[in-house]
Amino acid sequence: MQAPPNLSPLLPDDADVAIKVRGLMTGFEDIVVHDNLDLDVRRGEILGVVGGSGTGKSVLMRAIIGLQGRRAGSIEVFGQDLATLSREEDRVLRRRWGVLFQEGALFSSLSVAENIQVPMREFLHLPQGLMDEFAALKVAMVGLPANAGAKFPSELSGGMKKRAGLARALALDPLLLFLDEPTAGLDPISAAAFDHLVRVLRDTLDLTVFLITHDLDTLHATCDRVAVLAEGHVIACGTIPELRRFDHDWVQEYFSGPRGRAAVPLTELAA
Amino acid sequence: MVQLGFDPPALDGDTRTLALRGRLTIAHVQHIADALAALPPSGRQLRIDLTAVERIDTAGALLIHRLMARWQAKGIEVTLITEGPDAPRLIDEVARHDEPAAEPTRKRSLMTLRLERIGRAVVEALAGTIGFFAFIGQTLVVLGHTLIGHRKFRWNAFIHQCEAIGVNALGIIALLLFLVGVVVAQQGAVQLRQFGADIFVVNLIGRATMRELGILLTAIMVAGRSASAFAAQIGSMKLNQEVDALETIGLSPIEVLVIPRVLAMALMMLMIGFFGSVCALVGGGVYVWLDLGMPPVTYVQRLQEVILMSDFVIGLIKAPVFGLVIALQGCYQGMQVKGNAEDVGARTTRAVVESIFMVIVLDAFFAVFFSALGYN
Repeated sequence: MQAPPNLSPLLPDDADVAIKVRGLMTGFEDIVVHDNLDLDVRRGEILGVVGGSGTGKSVLMRAIIGLQGRRAGSIEVFGQDLATLSREEDRVLRRRWGVLFQEGALFSSLSVAENIQVPMREFLHLPQGLMDEFAALKVAMVGLPANAGAKFPSELSGGMKKRAGLARALALDPLLLFLDEPTAGLDPISAAAFDHLVRVLRDTLDLTVFLITHDLDTLHATCDRVAVLAEGHVIACGTIPELRRFDHDWVQEYFSGPRGRAAVPLTELAA
Repeated sequence: MVQLGFDPPALDGDTRTLALRGRLTIAHVQHIADALAALPPSGRQLRIDLTAVERIDTAGALLIHRLMARWQAKGIEVTLITEGPDAPRLIDEVARHDEPAAEPTRKRSLMTLRLERIGRAVVEALAGTIGFFAFIGQTLVVLGHTLIGHRKFRWNAFIHQCEAIGVNALGIIALLLFLVGVVVAQQGAVQLRQFGADIFVVNLIGRATMRELGILLTAIMVAGRSASAFAAQIGSMKLNQEVDALETIGLSPIEVLVIPRVLAMALMMLMIGFFGSVCALVGGGVYVWLDLGMPPVTYVQRLQEVILMSDFVIGLIKAPVFGLVIALQGCYQGMQVKGNAEDVGARTTRAVVESIFMVIVLDAFFAVFFSALGYN
C-alpha cells in the first residue's frame, strides 16, 4: 500500500540526511524480510521505528550497520555506502555511531567500566586516568550507581545491562545512535529518565537517533517522527498525530488501541 | 580544523577570561586536560569563553564542569560565554551526573594475593570434589527412582544420545584404534624380532588391546568428544535459564538431562569399547599379514588361543564404568556453569581434563585390582 504524500518515508532532496535507504531487499533463505524499502533519517532527529513482531525492525537496523547482508538496494550513512568503503573509511564511519543491542551485548569477560572503555581504547589514545573518569561519567549518565562500573555483566540485572550497553554505545559521543528496544524491561521511572537522557543528548550533541521501540510512552516523549514497518517496507512515516489520522488497520490499532490512547499526553488529546 | 587549545587567562582587574578554541571532544581533550586542571584559581570572576569552540561533547563538558567546580569552590564567580543554549545545557547535564569517583580498592601486597589465590584454589578443589560426589549421589537417587518406575525414563533423549555418543563416533574410533593396532604390532615386531620371537607379536596385540589399550583409548576419545559436548550443552542451557525453566515446570534436570546421557554413555562405551578393540586387532592383523606374512586365518586362530576370556571380561567391566565417570563429569561441569560465556568454556575444558584424568586413574586402579585377584 502506498503512503499518502505527507507520510512518505522519503525526505525532500535538499534535506540534511544522516541515513538514506533506497530499495532495500533483505531476507533469509526463502523468506523475504524487506522488499523495496525506502527510508530517510534526518540529521539531528529521533526517528522511532515501530512494527509488529517479525516485521524486520531489528533486521533493518542490522542491515544499516552492516551486520546483515542485503540482496538489493543501497544504504548510505552520512553519505557513504558501507559496502563500498575501504577499511580505513569503514573504521572512521564506525567510530561515529553507537549501537545498543536488545540484550545489551556486553562483553561478559570485562567489567562495565572496561566495556565502556573498549571503543576508547580501540580508537583513541587516552591516558587511563581520563578513560576512567569518562567511563564513570557515562555510568552515572545512564543512571547506574557508581559501584556498577567495577561489576561484571553477569552481576547485573537485565535493566542494568541495558543501561550499561547504552553507556558503551555513548562512549565516544557518537553522532548517530542505534537503539534496539532501549526501554523494554526498564521500570517506568528509569524509562522516563532514559527518554530524558536521549533528548538531552540529541539537543546538545546534535545526535541522530534510530530508535526501535514498542514503548508508546518513549515514542511520545522522544520521537520527532515515527516510521511504521509492515509488509516488508515502511508504510508510513510522520509525527504521531499525523500517523493517528492515517487510515491503516495496524496503525490505527497501534496508536488508537487502549494502550495507544493511554500513552497520549493530555495536552495532545485536547488539541 | 583549529587545534584545540586555550590562551593563558587574560587579566582585567579581578576578572579572568579563558578563551578556548577548537574541538572540545573526547578525541582531543587529553591535550588540554592537565593544563586546565593545573590553572591556579585567582581573582574574583572567571569568564569561560566557548564561542570559538567548534564542537563540545560530554568529555569536553566534563572538563569544563570540573574547571568551574574547582574555581567556584574558591569562591570565584564563573560565567560561561557561549553562542547557543546547548553547551551550558550539556555541561549542566554532565554536572548532574558527575559524582566523586568510587574509592579505588586498596592495593594488597603480592604475597597476600598469592596466598589468597592458593587458599582459594584449595577450597575450590575441595568444594569441587565434594560437589561431584553429591552430584553422583543425586544422580543415583534419581536413577533408583527411574529403575523402580517412580520416574519416567526418557527413551527419546536416550536414543538420541546413543546416536550422538556412539554411532557418530564410529568412524573416528575405527580409524584411531586401527592405527594404534598397526603401531603396536609394528613396534612389538621390531623388538621381538631381536629374539627371533616375532610370532609372539600376536600375543602382544591380542592381550594389550583387549585388556587395556582398546578400552582406554576409546574412553579418552569419547571423553574428548562427549564430555565436552555435555558440559557445553548443559552449560549454555543453564545460562539461558532453560534449566531453571525445567525445574519450574516440575521436571527434574537430573531426570531429563543427566540420566539419559549417563545411561546412554555407559551402554555406548560398552559397545564402542568392544568395537574399538576389534578395530585395533584388525589393524594389528593387517600389519602382521603384510610384514610377517601371517595369513588372516592363522592370525584369528592365534588370537583365539592367546586372548583369555578374563581379558575380554575385564575390558567389558571397565568400559561402562569409564562411560559413567565421563558422562557424570561432563554433566556435573555443565551444571556448575554460572555467569557468562567464558565460564562455559572453562567448564568444558575442565570436563574433558578431569574425565580423562579420572579414566586413567580408574584404569590404574583396575589393573592393580584385577592383578591382586589373580587375573594376570
